[in-house]
Amino acid sequence: MRVYRSLIIAACLGVLLSACGAGESNVTTGNRTGFLHYGNGAEPQGLDPHVVTGVPESHIVRAIFEGLAVKNPVTLEPEPGVAERWEISEDGTVYTFYINPDAKWSNGESMTASDYVWSWNRALHPDTGSLYAYMLYPIVNSEAYSKREITDFSEVGVKALDDLTLQVTLNAPTPYFLQLMDHYSTFAVHPETLLKHGKMTDRYTPWTRVGSMVSNGAFTLEEWSLNRRIIIEKSEHYWDKDNVSLNGVYFYPTENVVSEERMFRAEQLHYTQTLPLDKIPAYRERENSPYVQAPYLGTYYYLINTDRPPVDDARVRKALSYALDREKLTKTVLQDTAIPAFAITPPDTLGYNPPKLFDYDPEEARRLLAEAGYPNGEGWPGLEIIYNTQEAHRKIAVAIQQMWKEALNIDITISNQEWKVYLNSVSQREFQVARRGWIGDYVDANNFLDLFLTDGGNNNTGYSDPVFDDIILNRAPKAKSRKERYQLFYDAEKMMLEEMPIIPIYTYTSKHLVHPSVEGIYPNLMDSLNLKYVKLDPERSLNME
Amino acid sequence: MGRFIFWRLIQAIPVIFAVITVTFFLVRSAPGGPFDSEKAVLPEVKRALEAQYKLDLPLHEQYFAYLGDLANGDLGPSFKYPGRSVNEILGSGLPVTAELGFYALCFALMIGVFAGVFAALKPNTKQDYIPMGMAMIGICMPSFLLGPLLVLVFGIQLEWLPIAGWGDLPGDKILPSITLGSAYAAYIARLSRAGMLEILSQDYIRTARAKGLPEWRVVTQHALRGGLIPVIAFLGPAFAGLLAGSFVVETIFQIPGLGRFYVQAAFNRDYTMILGTTVFLSTLIVLFNLVSDVIAAWLNPRLRAQFSRGNS
Repeated sequence: MRVYRSLIIAACLGVLLSACGAGESNVTTGNRTGFLHYGNGAEPQGLDPHVVTGVPESHIVRAIFEGLAVKNPVTLEPEPGVAERWEISEDGTVYTFYINPDAKWSNGESMTASDYVWSWNRALHPDTGSLYAYMLYPIVNSEAYSKREITDFSEVGVKALDDLTLQVTLNAPTPYFLQLMDHYSTFAVHPETLLKHGKMTDRYTPWTRVGSMVSNGAFTLEEWSLNRRIIIEKSEHYWDKDNVSLNGVYFYPTENVVSEERMFRAEQLHYTQTLPLDKIPAYRERENSPYVQAPYLGTYYYLINTDRPPVDDARVRKALSYALDREKLTKTVLQDTAIPAFAITPPDTLGYNPPKLFDYDPEEARRLLAEAGYPNGEGWPGLEIIYNTQEAHRKIAVAIQQMWKEALNIDITISNQEWKVYLNSVSQREFQVARRGWIGDYVDANNFLDLFLTDGGNNNTGYSDPVFDDIILNRAPKAKSRKERYQLFYDAEKMMLEEMPIIPIYTYTSKHLVHPSVEGIYPNLMDSLNLKYVKLDPERSLNME
Repeated sequence: MGRFIFWRLIQAIPVIFAVITVTFFLVRSAPGGPFDSEKAVLPEVKRALEAQYKLDLPLHEQYFAYLGDLANGDLGPSFKYPGRSVNEILGSGLPVTAELGFYALCFALMIGVFAGVFAALKPNTKQDYIPMGMAMIGICMPSFLLGPLLVLVFGIQLEWLPIAGWGDLPGDKILPSITLGSAYAAYIARLSRAGMLEILSQDYIRTARAKGLPEWRVVTQHALRGGLIPVIAFLGPAFAGLLAGSFVVETIFQIPGLGRFYVQAAFNRDYTMILGTTVFLSTLIVLFNLVSDVIAAWLNPRLRAQFSRGNS
């Protein structure tokens, strides 16, 4: 017994001691070797562009794959990617992409137009079950194909005219179509690699693993340790490799934001996905602060079930919205990390600015509530707000509860629900008021306004207006100019807001800590970071005093 | 002894079977499903997904299909991580969590046994109160408090140790092991103190002292063996508890272990993963309980005599 015990103790001591000895920080090593250490927020569910749906996945997928067109990191306007140029027909419905002859897969094979035909067949095929299949719905017959109404893919408007020319025919002019080409659900995959591991439509074959994965982006997958890290390295076959500065990137699944911030302070990370709200004031005060905040293409709002009393009355909905002091909320509860919102579309969405129909106006709110039959809150039947369990949502709900009590003298109950229960309540419309956030998939007002189409899957409010539907589905796509189109969106959004099926609360911001040695990260509305443009300058160090 | 082990194993089968069945039906009765997401899922997409994971079959068929796969050691594909099987995820997380648990337990034993024995030698004096007071604090201090505190002092102020990761930087295994082990160290200290106190008052200890053995030999040769039986009995469940309970520490220190998958599976409604981790951990708990019973029996002559007479 004694012998065993001393052996165990000796072994433990040995292990602990051998592990000792402070080394160089990740940032120092990375700056020397050209590797970026990137806090990625969560373990990616996968890396198959036609399967994944989340933000952490998109960061990696967009680094190892590339679309036909990519967004300029500053202006977000489309630039050549795999396609070196494209032509759009006069009526805006036929796109001809000319694939860059230098565009290659990571195994050295040239990319062809037929790779795209095959990949989009996979992305749209009902058996694949791609959650983002609808991204390709502007293409002729694609929706019918993915709903199994037709089974012959050759009827879908995608043709390879020759090895390097891809012709895409759309149902109607779709001004944001090039934006979609930078969304991972429209990326091409390497057909032979997928077929080696299974059928075209299989979702869970190991083709995305290290060693099997063939991709076409600026980087290639080198290591994938589950829940530990993912390493990508510069690709030698990438067409624009001379403009890629980094030798590679380490992605860490930094789910715990508090730990992530500490890792940044200890120089284990160059870049964090976000940071805890209570740390922000201290970072702001710092000179040459590593804190970077920018407006983000997303809106935080309360969804209203317009079939449930008392919020079935538009006057009540307006009263609630007018009585909400968004300035105060964003200043206090949110520490100035959000922008008050008065519409669903975020401001300056590629030049589009939404209407602002109202302001904080408790007087008018009280008048509207009285008109609806609840003067000074008398006879108020009560109202419940549901939100998914999270401290930040609770704080906001409590603040709003107080504001409504003070301004309108009405009682609100707030209740939290576990994430999947909450999703179920929202989709079954088992709520009166529910917290909701919407993050745009592409930079266009359409992505926010089509939420309110009659019976749209993400509508959940019961809002329905045939004129609104007609503008979004028919008139805006056919608009001759961007100006005319934005005017139509403006009118539609105004119509929707006059019914107030939602209470807009704030526009999100992206919040990152960026080490001073990192260059080439441009804050933008999509929080879209193209790692291709990132450079490291070891001369610049973090001053945490 | 062989018979004792055999019977304990037979008893374990209905326990594990009940765990499987209850878990299987409970997770499926929870609201929401694995494919619900914030963006509405088109009905045809949902049908395709359910077909790929056999969720379109009647529930009892799914249950028997699962049992059939399980009998072949196949825990099924993960719903949340397409392309990965539950076996693979368990296989990647278990070694890390087990290693973390092992170091934590070693730390707990070193500190705990030493403090407990030390305290028991002079009960109700300062030598007793100080280590036991610290043990009480250790039991009360949750790891989500201790972990960040250690990080702040040793990682950020003193810059001695890395504050996150597992095997990425030298020394990054130390802080999580101490964080996870300290609550157990405190527990072990109390257990070994109680065990030692009982033994030290026994007749055979008095005999050993009477024949003139030095105190340190009385303690190490005669008392420890009996005095640590409660600690040994605690080790089995403790190790299983370390495996299942490492979630918090794994989250604080960004460790790629099992705990994070175990907890997140429930939030994600990742049916196969919930089942796989639960079945796996309950099997481990049953096994570790058995092992610690066997060791306790082996250490305790009275129990050993009972088994050899077959009165288990």
